[in-house]
Amino acid sequence: MTDWIFSLDHKRVGRLYMVVALVFALIGGLEAMAMRAQLALPNLKFIGPELYNQLFTMHGTTMIFLVVMPLLTGFGVYLTPLMIGANGVAFPRLSALACWLQLAGGILLYASFFAGGAPDAGWFAYAPLSEKAFSASPGVDYWAAGLLLVTAGPICSAISLIVTIAAYRAQGMTMARVPLFVWMTFVTSIMIVFALPALAAALIMLLADRQLNGLFFNAVRGGAPLIWQHYFWFFGHPEVYIMVLPAFGMISEIIPVFSRKPIFGYGFVASSTVAIAFLSYGVWVHHMFAVNLGPFVISIFSAASMLIAVPTGVKIFSWIATMLGGSIRFTTAMLFATAFLLEFTIGGLSGVAFAAVPVDWQMTDTYFVVAHFHYVLFGGTAFALLAGAYYWFPKMTGRMMDETLGKWNFWIVVLGFNLTFFVQHFLGLRGMPRRVYTYPDLPWLGALNLISTFGAGILALGVLLFCVNLLVSLFFGAEAGDDPWDAWTLEWSTTSPPQALNFKNVPVVEGRRPLWDAKHPETTDASVGAAG
Amino acid sequence: MAALFFGILILAALIFAVVAGLVIYAILRYRARAGAAAPRQTFGSRRMEIVWTALPLLIVCGLFVLSARTMASIEAPQNGLRAPELVIVGRQWWWEARYSNGAMAANEIHIPVGRKLLVRVESPDVIHDFWVPELARKIDAVPGTPGYIWLEADHAGTYLGACAEFCGAQHAGHRFQVIAEPEAAFDKWLAAQAVDGAAPPPAYLANKCADCHSVAGVETRIMKGPTLAHVASRTIDLARWVRTPQAVKPGVLMPDAHLSEADAIAITEYLSSLK
Repeated sequence: MTDWIFSLDHKRVGRLYMVVALVFALIGGLEAMAMRAQLALPNLKFIGPELYNQLFTMHGTTMIFLVVMPLLTGFGVYLTPLMIGANGVAFPRLSALACWLQLAGGILLYASFFAGGAPDAGWFAYAPLSEKAFSASPGVDYWAAGLLLVTAGPICSAISLIVTIAAYRAQGMTMARVPLFVWMTFVTSIMIVFALPALAAALIMLLADRQLNGLFFNAVRGGAPLIWQHYFWFFGHPEVYIMVLPAFGMISEIIPVFSRKPIFGYGFVASSTVAIAFLSYGVWVHHMFAVNLGPFVISIFSAASMLIAVPTGVKIFSWIATMLGGSIRFTTAMLFATAFLLEFTIGGLSGVAFAAVPVDWQMTDTYFVVAHFHYVLFGGTAFALLAGAYYWFPKMTGRMMDETLGKWNFWIVVLGFNLTFFVQHFLGLRGMPRRVYTYPDLPWLGALNLISTFGAGILALGVLLFCVNLLVSLFFGAEAGDDPWDAWTLEWSTTSPPQALNFKNVPVVEGRRPLWDAKHPETTDASVGAAG
Repeated sequence: MAALFFGILILAALIFAVVAGLVIYAILRYRARAGAAAPRQTFGSRRMEIVWTALPLLIVCGLFVLSARTMASIEAPQNGLRAPELVIVGRQWWWEARYSNGAMAANEIHIPVGRKLLVRVESPDVIHDFWVPELARKIDAVPGTPGYIWLEADHAGTYLGACAEFCGAQHAGHRFQVIAEPEAAFDKWLAAQAVDGAAPPPAYLANKCADCHSVAGVETRIMKGPTLAHVASRTIDLARWVRTPQAVKPGVLMPDAHLSEADAIAITEYLSSLK
C-alpha cells in the first residue's frame, strides 16, 4: 500500500490516475443513468428538480475533471518516458503530488453530498446563479474549493511533462521524431498551464463573493455576471482541446501500427495540433453568442471557431490516408480507433454548425449541444481511450485483453452510444432545452427521449463489459510478451510490464519508428529518405 | 435562416459522406489478408496535405460569409438608441411582459400579427434566455446587460417558448406562450390588460398574497410574483396553485401557505373572477 502512496515511479502514478478515474467514471455514469431514467417519459416524478440539478452538475464536473483529464494525464504520465526512451519523469514528486491533489479535490467535491447538498449550478456554475443569493446550500462552495485542488493537479503534472519531453528524450530523438502521442501531450500540457489558471482565478472570485461578501459578479452593486463567463470559457474552450488532443495522439499511434504504415504527413499532424492550440484561445465567446455582445465581437469569434475545423480536418484526412494502402488488422483497439474517425467527424461537423452564429442562436442550450459534445467527448475522446486501453493494456500488465469480449464490448458500445446521443440532435431540433429535469408531452419528445434512455442502458452494458474484460484479463489474460502488436515506438522495446528502470540500455534513435528501424535494418526510415 | 441551416446540413452530410466513404473503402479494400505482402511504406504527400488544408479553408470562408449575411438580417439594434416596443423580464421562474402603455402580462405574452416588435429582454435575478423557436433567435437576459431582438409572427396562433439558460430549480418549468393575434384583437386585449382587478377579499390580504402579487393593471413597483389582475384569462389551475404551489411547480418561490379550506375557496373564487 505505502509502495503506491509514496511511489515516484511514473508507471505507478500513471496507473493510479487511471484506477481512480475509472472509479469516478462509474459514479459519473450512474449519475447519467439516473438522469436518463428521469427523462425516459414526459412529466415523470422519479427525480425532483433539486436532485436532478445536482446530478447534472456532478455528472459534468466528474466526467471532465475526475475522469477524462485524469485518464489522459494517466496515459501521458505512464507512456511519455517510455516513448521517449527515458527512465522517469522530471520532478517525480510534483507529478505524484498532482495525482493526489486531483483525488483530494474529487473527495472534497463528493463530500458536499454529506454536507447539505451537492453543487446545483451546473458544471459551468454561471454567476449569479452560483452566488449565495441563488444557491444557498454549501454545494457550490465545495465545488469551487474542490475544483481549486483539482485544477492545481493538472498544472503540476503538465509542468512535469513539459520538462520531461523537453529534456529527457533519448539520444537522437529530436522533437521531429517524438511519437505523435508525445507531441500532443506536450502541446496539451502547455495549454493546461495557460488555461487552468483562468479557472482558478474565477473560482477564487466566486468563493470571495460567496464567503467574503465580494461583489465580483453582483450586477446590482457594480459587479458583472459576464466576467464569470469570460474567465470560465477562456479556460473552458481550450479545455475541450485539452480533453481531445491527447486522444488524437492515441489515435495517431494506433492507426499506423494496425495499418502497418507510418502516419501519413507527420509534420502536418503535429503542426495542425499547434494551430488548434493557438486558435483554441481565440474562440471562447462562441459559448456566449446568445449574450448581447454586439455583432463585431461575435463575428470575430465565429470566424475563429470555424477556422478550427481546418487543422482538425487535416488530422482526419491524415488518419484515413494512413489506412488507405495499408494492411489493416481489426483488433478491438483498431475497431475503436476506426469508429472514432466517424463518431468524431459527426461531433466536429455539428461543431461547425454552432460556429455559424444564426444556427447557434437557435440550437445553443438545446439537446443538440448535448448530442454535439458527447460525440466529441464520448465518440471522440472515450472511444480513443478505449482504443488506447486495448492497445496499451498488454504493456502495462503483461497480459492481453480478451479479444472476443472486446468485440462484444465494441459493438455494444457503438450501438448504445449512437442510440443514446444521435436522437438527441432531433430533440434539440424539436426545441427541447438542456438541463431540464422534465419536459411537457409535446410531439416527438417522449418517443425520442425513450429511445435515448434505452440506448443509455445498452451503453451502460457496454461499459460494464469493458470493466469485466479489464478484470478478467488482468488475472487470466494471455501472456503478452514485449511487443504483441509488432509496433514501432520505444515502449514496446522493453518488458511488459516494464521494470522499475524502464530501459537497461537507453537506445539511440535514428528515426520516428525506432523499432521499425531495429526490425528492418535494410530499409530503415532514414535509409528510404523519410523526413525526421 | 432556414437556407443557412439546410445549407450547413447538406454540406455536413456531404463531408461526412466523403469521410465515411473513404473509411469504408479502407475497411473493405485494405483489410489485412493472410499471406499478403507488407504494404508499401509511404510517409505522406505534400500536395495532398496542401489540398486538404486549402479546400476546407475555402469552404469555411464561404460558410462565414453566408453566416455573417444571415446574422446581419436577424440582428436587432443592440445599442438601445431606439425605444423597445415590449420589455420582457425573465424571473425565477416566470416571464413578465411590460407594454408601452404600462400594461403587464405574465407567461402569456400577446403580440399583434405582422408587426415587427423591438423587444428588450432583461433579468433582475439570474441569467435567463428568451426563446420562441418559431418566432425569433435566442437572447440571454443577463442582469445588467439587457439583450434586444426582433419578435414577429406572420400568422395568428399560439407559439411555445422556453427559457434556454439554466436558471435554477424550475428551469424546466420556466416556459411561456406567445399569442399572436390580429391588430384589433390585440389592441382590445392590451387596453383591457391595463385595467386594475377588483379589490381583493380579506382572505387574500390575511394570507399575505399581496406581499408578492399585485392585482393592478399598471404596476410601478417591482413585485416578486406575477400580477394577478387578469389571471383568470390565463390557462392556469388556480385551485391547485392556491393550495399546493409546491406540488404544481416543485421548488417555486411561492411557499405552501397551508390555508384554511374556507380561505382557499375564497381566494380561488376571487382569482377566478379576474378575467
